[in-house]
Amino acid sequence: MKTKTVVRHTLTHGFIIVLGLAMIYPILWMIVSSFKPNNMIFSDPGIIPKAVTIENYISGWKGYAGVSFGKFFANSTLMCIGAVVGNLITCTMAAYAFSRLEFAGKSFWFAVMMVTLMLPSHVTTVPRYIMFNTLGWVGSYLPIIVPKFLATDAFFVFLLVQFMRSLPKELEEAAIIDGCSKFGVFFRIIIPLTTPALVTTALFTFLWTWDDFFNQLLYLTNPKIFTISRALRTFVGDAGSVSNWGGALAMSTLSVIPLFILFFALQKYFVQGISTTGIKG
Amino acid sequence: MRKKSGIVKFFKRNAVAYIFLAPWLLGFFVLTVYPMGYSLWLSFTNYDFTQPDATQWIGLGNYLKMFGPVFGLSEFSASTGEVMRTDPYFLKSLSVTLTYVFVSVPLKLIIALAVAMLLNQKLGGVSFYRAVYYIPTLLGGSVAIAVLWRKLFEKDGLVNGLLGAIGFTNLPSWITNPDYALWTLVLLSVWQFGSSMIIFLAGLKQIPEEYYEAASMDGATKVRQFFSITIPLLSPVILFNLVMQMISAFQAFTQAYIIGGGRGGVLNSTLFYSLHLYIQGWTYHEMGYASAMAWVLLLIIGLVVAIVFRTSKLWVSYGAGD
Repeated sequence: MKTKTVVRHTLTHGFIIVLGLAMIYPILWMIVSSFKPNNMIFSDPGIIPKAVTIENYISGWKGYAGVSFGKFFANSTLMCIGAVVGNLITCTMAAYAFSRLEFAGKSFWFAVMMVTLMLPSHVTTVPRYIMFNTLGWVGSYLPIIVPKFLATDAFFVFLLVQFMRSLPKELEEAAIIDGCSKFGVFFRIIIPLTTPALVTTALFTFLWTWDDFFNQLLYLTNPKIFTISRALRTFVGDAGSVSNWGGALAMSTLSVIPLFILFFALQKYFVQGISTTGIKG
Repeated sequence: MRKKSGIVKFFKRNAVAYIFLAPWLLGFFVLTVYPMGYSLWLSFTNYDFTQPDATQWIGLGNYLKMFGPVFGLSEFSASTGEVMRTDPYFLKSLSVTLTYVFVSVPLKLIIALAVAMLLNQKLGGVSFYRAVYYIPTLLGGSVAIAVLWRKLFEKDGLVNGLLGAIGFTNLPSWITNPDYALWTLVLLSVWQFGSSMIIFLAGLKQIPEEYYEAASMDGATKVRQFFSITIPLLSPVILFNLVMQMISAFQAFTQAYIIGGGRGGVLNSTLFYSLHLYIQGWTYHEMGYASAMAWVLLLIIGLVVAIVFRTSKLWVSYGAGD
């Protein structure tokens, strides 16, 4: 009986590992191929390179229109930080109102917020573009960052509401008896206790802003303010042909390193974030 | 006197909450309500981004432009008297997107559930495996992976290299062959089953062990247990995943854009709805038409989600578990 279980578990482990390797094989191949000479990328499906070079990194790093990838990295990072700050401030404020305060019209506004969670972004894309263009914001990060300061990412409001609802009511009541205002409760009790959900919010905001392409394609019109996503697109020519595959794979590899670091450093928060919003939804 | 203090009290009670809600409310009106009204109006006009002053009301012209080909129309006269041509690619983009949604989402959820059940056994190392299986989802939406995907499925790409190594010959270029191109994108989407898997895994953990023990004492097979315990208790989570994944699949853009180099691929085989909308609005500056397309997409998504919710009464059970 015991040996049977051991055999079964070993087989299951083996199966999971093989399947997992198959899943991440393309990514491993991308990383390895970025170190292969350009002419060998095409012929070699293996992940053990026959020759190693950093040529691709040098040619890719040159970037586009005289702007290097160093600049693109800096641009992406700054834009993402702006987005994170915006979401942290305003989504938290909205979530506090929805989860811990009583006010007239609360259930109505909450329902409205939940509807916007499911609203496809395309119905607002064209008018927003026209508005931002009128304001002279096209060609800057403002159309991407300003909406974050207006809590438009309903997903995070929802995530934080779910988390704040689970905090015990007594702490708050005790603080109010001690003479704490609603603002005091927010800053001294709710914010510290909500830290895990705030980390999740920051993490996903960073990740999704880093990865987003559509808005960056629309609004970042000048190579000097290109971000990673927008710059990687320049490797792909019209109708999809790519001339510098080595450079493309090398810069693609670099572009996902920050995501890897964040993921493995903060894995716990990823899982929490995904499962709390999923389960209660 | 009493009444006044009542009003003051009412104001005082609500003011704090509305201060906290203010950024969201402002965003809701300025960036959602107003743009929606604006785009609804635009959808009945021929608004051209390069010459906004020439905007004219064309009634249902944009909608006829989309659906005219259904009735065999190639042109029609708009309410302005001008002759408008119908859009020969709209229905293609709709069918590409519907195929993508209805194939990739169910496949993705089935695989996510299967892997979640595999990992839900008491094995050890689950958090490590979970991380590995999540990596494609972590990176999958990026331009980097879209670029890589092109490389994998080209004539001399990795997939053909591997298939060649085990003896296949005469392999096509998957990405430029109109019969296969869409399926490479379906595969790319299914590959990213990670977040659905994590949600399922959390859902599976909430099902009490005793249910399975009791069922196997009664002689229920594993298959029977799956259909009588796992599926019903997990059904709210399945519904949630299904709806959210469908909404985002309808709006898929980046991968199709990169793989087609900003176009719809060979014979428009990967002309996603969003991509078509982008090309109409930003390449041809026909933002009135793009707005109309956005509203049709909203209605289609609304309709599909409504149908899913309606039918969910038949298969989703609430309250049986916790």
